[in-house]
Amino acid sequence: MIAQPELKHHFDDAGQQLESSTLGMWIFLATEIMFFGGMFCSYTIYRSAFPEAFASTSHFMNVTAGALNTGVLICSSLTMALAVRAAQIGQKKALIWLLILTLTLGCVFLGIKGMEYHEKWVEHHVPGPSFHYEEAQYAQNAEILFFLYFAMTGVHAVHMIVGVGLLITLIIMASRNRFSAAWYTPVDMIGLYWHFVDIVWIFLFPLLYLIGHTK
Amino acid sequence: MSHPVVAIKVYVGVFLALITLTVTTVAVSKIELGEYNFIVAMTIAVIKGSLVVWFFMHVKQASSMTKLFVAAGFFWLGIMLVFVLSDYVSRGWLPRGVWWHS
Amino acid sequence: MSTTLLAVQKNYLNADYGWKSWLFTTDHKRIALLYLFSITAFFFVGGAFAVGMRLNLLSPNGLFGHDTYNKLFTMHGIIMVFFFLVPSIPATLGNFLIPIMIGARDLAFPRINLLSWYIYIGGGILALSAIVRGGVDTGWTFYAPFSSTYSNTHVILAALGVFIAGFSSILTGLNFIVTIHTMRCPGMTWFRLPLFVWGHYATAIIQVLGTPVLAITIFLLGLERLLRAGIFDPSLGGDPVLFQHLFWFYSHPAVYIMILPGMAVINELIACFSRKAIFGYSFVAFSSVAIAVLGFLVWGHHLFVAGQSMYASMVFSFISFLVAVPSAIKVFNWTATMYQGSISYDTPMLYAFGFIGLFTIGGLTGLFLATMAIDVHVTDTYFVIAHFHYVMVGGMVMAYLGGIHFWFPKITGRLYPEAWAKFAALIIFVGFNLTFFPQFILGYLGMPRRYATYADEFHTLNVMSTAGASILGIGYLIPMIYLTWAWRHGPISPQNPWHAKGLEWEQAPTPPPTFNFIEPPVVTEPAYNYAEES
Repeated sequence: MIAQPELKHHFDDAGQQLESSTLGMWIFLATEIMFFGGMFCSYTIYRSAFPEAFASTSHFMNVTAGALNTGVLICSSLTMALAVRAAQIGQKKALIWLLILTLTLGCVFLGIKGMEYHEKWVEHHVPGPSFHYEEAQYAQNAEILFFLYFAMTGVHAVHMIVGVGLLITLIIMASRNRFSAAWYTPVDMIGLYWHFVDIVWIFLFPLLYLIGHTK
Repeated sequence: MSHPVVAIKVYVGVFLALITLTVTTVAVSKIELGEYNFIVAMTIAVIKGSLVVWFFMHVKQASSMTKLFVAAGFFWLGIMLVFVLSDYVSRGWLPRGVWWHS
Repeated sequence: MSTTLLAVQKNYLNADYGWKSWLFTTDHKRIALLYLFSITAFFFVGGAFAVGMRLNLLSPNGLFGHDTYNKLFTMHGIIMVFFFLVPSIPATLGNFLIPIMIGARDLAFPRINLLSWYIYIGGGILALSAIVRGGVDTGWTFYAPFSSTYSNTHVILAALGVFIAGFSSILTGLNFIVTIHTMRCPGMTWFRLPLFVWGHYATAIIQVLGTPVLAITIFLLGLERLLRAGIFDPSLGGDPVLFQHLFWFYSHPAVYIMILPGMAVINELIACFSRKAIFGYSFVAFSSVAIAVLGFLVWGHHLFVAGQSMYASMVFSFISFLVAVPSAIKVFNWTATMYQGSISYDTPMLYAFGFIGLFTIGGLTGLFLATMAIDVHVTDTYFVIAHFHYVMVGGMVMAYLGGIHFWFPKITGRLYPEAWAKFAALIIFVGFNLTFFPQFILGYLGMPRRYATYADEFHTLNVMSTAGASILGIGYLIPMIYLTWAWRHGPISPQNPWHAKGLEWEQAPTPPPTFNFIEPPVVTEPAYNYAEES
């Protein structure tokens, strides 16, 4: 049983519908670029203002965890791209397995992140009343860095969690034969979303973890 | 069909490039290059991001309109960064006005 | 033309009955009406705060005390900007008309359209609860570190309301862009589109690229209020000007979100009531996009006295002069359109005249403010307040009322009482100028904004302004009454009471059926093809 493109009534044809979905998703991703962009902008300003303070914080960043997470997300992007490809050629089983793999890798990412957050909490590096920084001269500015760290990775993690939810939805839909080579748009679109969240991390990692490791 | 089927080896090739670049960026961060550490790290990040956009997100095969939308998104972020930075960078050009120095 | 028959034909209003058919609709026309009623309600909430402010300002010693006054102007600003002006024309007239004007059956994403309204209502409920629980006193601009550290009012609640409402705006913009790109009917090329559509396309670009920055700014503000890390607090090593940069990066383009749809409406009114095609169509079309793009490059003119560098300020000032050019092009082209046109003075046209004059005054005073040497004297005075009320109320609200009247027959299938409408337009015009012109003078003389009290020398002008506000308020109430009456009891409208050009008038029935057209239209003529009838 092949699933047919589900043509919504207000579209003239499937091509118009697909073009609309694609443009719509890219516009949404552009909004996400601007959303994260505000935090990248704040980070840039404060890093150029307080280079030593920011560099000093990198000693307390878990580079191994960060690098591992970067690898995990890159793997998940590969599996996601392969999943979209599987949908495109109608390979339902491969699609489902690749989606499950992507989902698993996403959860690994979140697990490692959770471990890192716990580490930070124990080290008193969470901004707020319990904040305490080892190098007193940089404490004030380091607190701003940690604030941005939690804001940026936190918002990123929320996007990952949403992505995980979307993947679960795709897996359920795929196992119910909703997709075929003729129509797999949600897989394609959610793939775009997933890759975007990966790209955000690709920039977050060097900015937050790799400053001043030579010192 | 939105785009022709891409061979698996293309995806795997991009994946390996991304992993290699990640290892590189971590390795380079341990070498003292002064100002250039940041530039190298950002250049590598841009290359990695571009690979994901171009291949994984199929922008290579997308319509010109899609490419324009993608470019516009990053360009707008550029506007924010450049113009905000222009304020902070040029504050030191007058005797008064730099808030983070005394 | 059988007018009585049309009213009982199946149309989008009588297609289905019951609250579920409205609250779960995906018909862009019904969603437009859902927005229309909510936006009107918020207009009067925001107006109530304005009434409070003007009552307070009747006396130099104030009436309500400083803390209360701070809340009044804050809530007036938040409600008017985020819950009235930003959504107004796009979510009502834009939603209703864009699919019809391009010959489509609906927007590209009808369910997202409905979601957008629910999100707007959600944000609105949060803002209203902030009001009910005692309000916010930071000013609608939420400047840090007062908002992040020192204010004891419901900042997070109100900011959350704004944050959520922002997503409504983003989704509307996204929907419009995709719709205009992919759903134009055969023959409807970009340069045959009504300029109303171009204006909304430009607006949508701003909504999509600017609003997310407001969202993240509010998020950082809320987080800072909770954690007190110091990102915007100078006593903790942060920079309050960074907040202003991020805030105005959205909020300046936001004023173009507010005015471009007004200009979009004016195009349609001028063309119809001059019986002439808009002069310089492509110039006007491109000017909308130019305003959208340039509008992102000028936000620093809100930071001239905030500590921004002189050099950045000069750049922002120069580009602010540039952004006036496309607006001027529009005004010139509208004037040229009217020249040797066959002018009729129906109510929508009266509002269009009001718009052109008052928007020009407001826009020119914007140039004064963009000039640093003047701005240092009049910033944070009533001059600024008068400037933006001239463009927003004298401009935008007039365009909105003009559009509501023009398309009222299309939306409701009935005609409004023209004599009452003209009377109300006159009252509004007089009331508006009496309210806000004295404020230019007050600002020039040095009366600061956001103060509950003022020096005695400003008393007379303030009384004048309050008197004007009362007249303006009555002026706004009159259309509420007759439009509501006309919806039920007005005479049935013919298919095209204005004999206007455009798919919405010529091809879609009045009121339209759920899918807008009886037969899918095919376009062969240019826009505003009034020339053929002479």
